[in-house]
Amino acid sequence: MSTYDARFRVWRGDADGGELTDYTVEVHDGEVVLDVVHRLQATQTPDLAVRWNCKAGKCGSCSAEINGRPRLLCMTRMSVFTRDEVITVTPMRAFPVVRDLVTDVSFNYAKAREIPAFVPPAGVGPGEYRMRQEDVERSQEFRKCIECFLCQDTCHVVRDHEENKEAFAGPRFLMRVAELDMHPLDAAEEAGLDRRRTAQEEHGLGYCNITKCCTEVCPESIHITDNALIPMKERVVDRKYDPLVWLGNTIRRRKAT
Amino acid sequence: MTHVEREQWDVVVVGAGGAGLRAAIEARRAGARTAVICKSLFGKAHTVMAEGGIAASMANVHPQDDWKTHFRDTMRGGKFLNQWRMAELHAQEAPERVWELETWGALFDRTPDGRISQRNFGGHEYPRLAHVGDRTGLELLRTLQQRSVGLQQEDHRETGDHEGRLKVFQEFTVTRILKDGDGRVSGVFCYERESGRFLVLEAPAVVLATGGIGKSFKVTSNSWEYTGDGHALALIAGAPLVNMEFVQFHPTGMVWPPSVKGILVTESVRGDGGVLRNSEGRRFMFDYVPDVFKEKYAETEEEGDRWYEDPDHNRRPPELLPRDEVARAINSEVKAGRGSPHGGVFLDVSTRMPAETIKRRLPSMYHQFKELADVDITAEAMEVGPTCHYVMGGVNVDSETAATVGVPGLFAAGEVAGGMHGSNRLGGNSLSDLLVFGRRAGLYAAQYALSGVGGGIVADDVEAAAAEALAPFGSVSGAGGDHGPEEDAGPPENPYTLHQELQQTMNDLVGIIRREGEMAEALDRIAALRARARRVTVEGHRQFNPGWHLALDLRNMLLVGECVALAALERTESRGGHTREDYPAMDRAWRPVNLLCRLDGDGIALERTRTEPVRPDLLALFEQDELAKYLAEDELEGLEGGHGA
Amino acid sequence: MATGTEPPGSATGVRSPGRAAIAARHLRTDRWWLSPAATAAGLLAFVAYSTWRAFANADYYAAPYVSPFYSPCLAENCVPMRGGPNWEIFGSWWGLSPALLILVFPLGFRLTCYYYRKAYYRGFWASPPACAVAEPHASYTGETRFPLLLQNLHRYFFYAALPVAGILTYDTVLTFRNADYAWGHAGLGTLLFLVNIALIWAYTLSCHSCRHIVGGRLKHFSKHPVRYRLWTWVGRLNTRHMLLAWSSLISVALCDLYVYLLATGTFDDPRFF
Repeated sequence: MSTYDARFRVWRGDADGGELTDYTVEVHDGEVVLDVVHRLQATQTPDLAVRWNCKAGKCGSCSAEINGRPRLLCMTRMSVFTRDEVITVTPMRAFPVVRDLVTDVSFNYAKAREIPAFVPPAGVGPGEYRMRQEDVERSQEFRKCIECFLCQDTCHVVRDHEENKEAFAGPRFLMRVAELDMHPLDAAEEAGLDRRRTAQEEHGLGYCNITKCCTEVCPESIHITDNALIPMKERVVDRKYDPLVWLGNTIRRRKAT
Repeated sequence: MTHVEREQWDVVVVGAGGAGLRAAIEARRAGARTAVICKSLFGKAHTVMAEGGIAASMANVHPQDDWKTHFRDTMRGGKFLNQWRMAELHAQEAPERVWELETWGALFDRTPDGRISQRNFGGHEYPRLAHVGDRTGLELLRTLQQRSVGLQQEDHRETGDHEGRLKVFQEFTVTRILKDGDGRVSGVFCYERESGRFLVLEAPAVVLATGGIGKSFKVTSNSWEYTGDGHALALIAGAPLVNMEFVQFHPTGMVWPPSVKGILVTESVRGDGGVLRNSEGRRFMFDYVPDVFKEKYAETEEEGDRWYEDPDHNRRPPELLPRDEVARAINSEVKAGRGSPHGGVFLDVSTRMPAETIKRRLPSMYHQFKELADVDITAEAMEVGPTCHYVMGGVNVDSETAATVGVPGLFAAGEVAGGMHGSNRLGGNSLSDLLVFGRRAGLYAAQYALSGVGGGIVADDVEAAAAEALAPFGSVSGAGGDHGPEEDAGPPENPYTLHQELQQTMNDLVGIIRREGEMAEALDRIAALRARARRVTVEGHRQFNPGWHLALDLRNMLLVGECVALAALERTESRGGHTREDYPAMDRAWRPVNLLCRLDGDGIALERTRTEPVRPDLLALFEQDELAKYLAEDELEGLEGGHGA
Repeated sequence: MATGTEPPGSATGVRSPGRAAIAARHLRTDRWWLSPAATAAGLLAFVAYSTWRAFANADYYAAPYVSPFYSPCLAENCVPMRGGPNWEIFGSWWGLSPALLILVFPLGFRLTCYYYRKAYYRGFWASPPACAVAEPHASYTGETRFPLLLQNLHRYFFYAALPVAGILTYDTVLTFRNADYAWGHAGLGTLLFLVNIALIWAYTLSCHSCRHIVGGRLKHFSKHPVRYRLWTWVGRLNTRHMLLAWSSLISVALCDLYVYLLATGTFDDPRFF
């Protein structure tokens, strides 16, 4: 087994300030960045704060930025770096920091609450749901999401513009709207909820300029932009920007008044 | 006086995995104001790691399937040690629980006619597991999470408050169950990981849904959260644990690289032709076929290889022996010095099939090794070894209500509860267990809470809990409180070091193969570790300090470790997830015996109890011959009398 | 690299108060600027070339080849192209280059294309320049208001792009003639036109709007098996939309350049038969 000393710069601090701190730490064959962070905890700085759970890329807890790129610490192998490279690890930079590598991701949970839940179809009881595989596959892709929030972190709409956080749900939750809108049995429309209109008017789909960083960072390789956001934009066009529909609505409104 | 903030709730659920969330949803629906506490972020619970599926006899794929067959399979899997009423309820209610998930938005894989598809799995007679690819646990947890949010949205529409009736306390850890003067549950004491502040949630009913204990072992498929918190909280509150000697080891976990040590390698690798080899290149499983299986398994490699193509005229290769046999064989090879460089054996598909076939048949395994380990399984062998996967034992509960035995107001569901799976759990029965008993725990906890019982918090208990939680920051002598100074003398201890030593002890001495002497040694070591744990000292402050968190979890892991070792030492037979080298056979006399662990002063006391006889109509589901293999002599006598009459 | 605690103030974006105090706009160590720079350079080169050619109003026809920039020719001031796309809808009053009349459509199609949007937002607007690299703008409203709200018109440009592609297909058929308009011949230009029209169609049909229209808008694929198959097929093409966008852009420019070189007599079209 080969072992070497790697040079790490880890951001240490909290909301009041902090700095990149240098460490030299032993690295063994086959390790990932999270292993090295754990070794730092066990041998040099036991209070280094980091979130993690499954260590297998399935829970999406250990999101951070490595050499400036949003990544899961457990899915970044040390072998992708050269041995003399300085590896910089910082918390996600789109969210308020709590301490060290831990950020306050409550923004995402607030946004999750703003997306109305699945509306079950009336008159179809448990056990009576019938859906074809080809009809559920689109939404199933989005349900692979492990909610690591790396897409929310990298999206420049909120990363670079704090003021947009109120109006913009972010890729993860626009994808959730798409998932529900494509769910073969979602009865939102029957219940008077227009998911397409709300995607644009309430969840800020228009802010997305489809620059695809969400797709680039997704550890589950979900095609967020091509399969969720763009199709959702097209569905919004159906509803809001189709001239015939617009004309029809205008005439109807005229008649009503 | 430490100032501790307090909130009042009807039901507090500890844990936000499948069982916890299902309990919370039910409690909220039953009208109880419900708080959920979880150590991680909401939606990160270990349930997401479950791959295979949810076992439920919906009979979508095979029309013959019904709850009775599922019940039979479950009892056989658990070698008849299961709490039979739990197994019955589980088999009966699982289909409803799965269908209900669909009404909350879950999207399972489908059959051609649009129903929920079901797959085959070890031990299940019919295709029974509802699944979504290999991420069923994620689907289940996300559905429950989104259902919880949906309920919060309903509450918000009605009351303007999302969290008035159902609130999730993310990244909080419970360290004590609080009780009133009469011994009834009155709340929980917890700390917020982010800030380190303390919080008391007052509630007459508490549901434990904290999962398992895998982090006491060195090699495990479990996440850091699995530190046996619920097991320990119940013990300390006065509720006994049952069946703690039964720990399931999966034979093939990854052993290399270290970052993924313990992560599962699915059984289908072997089913599709993967073979196990030792460092000498020998297919050693041929040396480990026990006598009872001799007629059913191939004796030569040639015959074994032919089986994949022609199963009707050849016997299956011994790589496909039951999990415990394979795990034991791997263990023996490694101990005999014929292991792989990193302490496992080789599982090879690369020389068995063309690369394209491997990628087509085992896509998730191909990706798992490629992405996590940078190993190309089409070009080189995997290194695998047994990994601690699941604990069958847990809090002793009432089968119907999930109420713990002995502490009014305390409930438990999911992996933390014991009994349902007997000595060994079938794949797929864990997710259905979460749903069935999570719902029951939530329902009965709400009923109990709303019946107007329960008293106040005892202020001294809150003080004591706060002092206990702060001890690791204190001086060396101030830690334990009621321990003598001579016991606590010694240098300060690092929680990470103690944790590693405990894991090593459990792995080496109370692991997959157990021997009397080793377990006795384990108990000595655990006792020494407990003494040292009182001197654990951590650096820094209370704000998100992982060293401190681990120091507090150590108490739980040590308690649970002691329970496992004690019970395993006591049970002088091999059954399911408990293998004694010195007692290699199953002993029917042990069938009706349960071992209960209780906290007795500072240590664990063990009690033998006799289980309630299996209801005759359930026994009638089995052939007499089969029952004769399992039931104790006196049980059989009663049965024959009954049948004769 | 400056990475100390930043003084609070009007900082925004990654330097907003509360976020980890890191002064650097980004900490990327790779050559993240390469991709937007290359994109910008490529697009600029095409814009420069096509502007020159569109306004040139010359050297766009060399029998039997007509430059795709000038097809169909909708004004009277076009050179007559035998059997070619001379449709004088605009009559004689149009005095500028006839290319400007028709280029609006393919230009609009590409300008509102979901891939090109990504490319120029990143390459020209630096919004963002690359993932996790802070953009230089103080505020951002994306495509929520005019004029970028007009990006939602993409599907109508897609509809317009279909007949244009049809006409270019017709032009390609015409290349199976020789300089004397006799059928059954082909030259290097024919091959070039064939490749170009294949790429144009592939790019056009791989469009996200097309994918939506053929099937993406449906809720139940199982009830529309034909449209489902079409959607699957377009979806497969769609994954290569970027590659097709670039290759068709290059091929269309090359076709025009080829016609230009023939028309100016720089060289003769090598004939196959």
